Amino acid sequence: MIGIINCQMGNIAAFLNIYKRLNIPAQVASTKADIDRAEKLILPGVGAFDWAMERINGSGLRPAIEEAVGNRKTPVLGVCIGMHMLAHGSDEGRSDGLGWIDGMVKRIIPDSNENQTPLPHMGWNDATPSVNHNLFKGLEQAARFYFLHSYYFAPDDDATTLDNNLWP
Amino acid sequence: MLRPRLIPCLLVKDGGLVKTVQFKPGKYIGDPLNAVRIFNEKRVDELIVLDISATTSKRAPDYNLISSLAAQCRMPLCYGGGVTNESQVERIISSGVEKVALSSAAISDPELVARAASKVGNQSIVVVLDVKKRRFSDKYELFTHRGTKASGKEVTAFSRKIEALGAGEIVVNDIAHDGVMMGYDLELISDIKQAVRCPVTALGGAGTLEDVAGLYARFGIIGAAAGSLFVFKGKYRAVLINYPDEAQKNALAASPQ
Repeated sequence: MIGIINCQMGNIAAFLNIYKRLNIPAQVASTKADIDRAEKLILPGVGAFDWAMERINGSGLRPAIEEAVGNRKTPVLGVCIGMHMLAHGSDEGRSDGLGWIDGMVKRIIPDSNENQTPLPHMGWNDATPSVNHNLFKGLEQAARFYFLHSYYFAPDDDATTLDNNLWP
Repeated sequence: MLRPRLIPCLLVKDGGLVKTVQFKPGKYIGDPLNAVRIFNEKRVDELIVLDISATTSKRAPDYNLISSLAAQCRMPLCYGGGVTNESQVERIISSGVEKVALSSAAISDPELVARAASKVGNQSIVVVLDVKKRRFSDKYELFTHRGTKASGKEVTAFSRKIEALGAGEIVVNDIAHDGVMMGYDLELISDIKQAVRCPVTALGGAGTLEDVAGLYARFGIIGAAAGSLFVFKGKYRAVLINYPDEAQKNALAASPQ
């Protein structure tokens, strides 16, 4: 059972719909019991860093989530701001992140004046796996994702990166 | 490689989809959720839904509709209409919508853009500028309340200001070309694209996919939004929700002009 963490942010219904179509058991995780029942967790979200951290801190679910991820090693997938929250902190805000992956979230800064690509990075773009990993199974052919961000995750250890999208 | 964005824009009035011409009352198209279902099947890039009755009726956003749309929509969704404060923005984002569009409120209260962006991030704040040339004038001016109130504000200067305040995307809504299907005003888009760094999306005028190809050829990375193009078919404007397939869409970005 996949548990989609509900902190009042992110499109939980969309995740549920897709899993339903694919016949994969998934449910909203709004309580400790829901979190405990989940074999895998998804931390979705749209929003700015501090706002998102406020929501997870205020949800009452953080202890259960940390127990699941930290002690039981339940796999967790952070999506959008959910991924940024895994870091220790972000240029976007003042709050501490969850700190589950060593690194910080940094603001995208164009490397030269010639680079005229709009910011925020917005639209469908390619993601190139740098490592052959389970997560990319089935995505061998030009997998595209919708990017919507002005900040990026900079891990302390490059080996943490499975996939790169080079903001053009 | 980042792709240009092809975006159906649906207008909702009192819960039903409509299509206007030059912002004047238009044709009833159908049920918004049904249109979303069809767009899901067609794997649309992203979607804009604007409630055009909300601001003039001074009504709050229709949260029931918003939740239903978000739950149904498989692609990124931008919702706007009647949004006047940051709590509404937060609530809409919490409902599962990726972006919130501000229009009249961004003009009467530009700081709202900053307050909302500080909560949900600038990537989720879209400002829709309804623009029209005043009679005998060469300059585009911003209008509010569905084109009925002239703001006195010049478009390019305001675009810079609103980007600095935190707008993550600017949608240029060309009133005179709305529903006319005779092409985008490329000079208008050019003026704004040169003034800002954030993504710019053209809306109003697209009549054929060639118009979209022309926009892409001129600007490269840009948003091409359209209403009539994706809801009508043929000379008599029969209602038919449509969208190019993957191959046709890729061809639009590739065509040299």
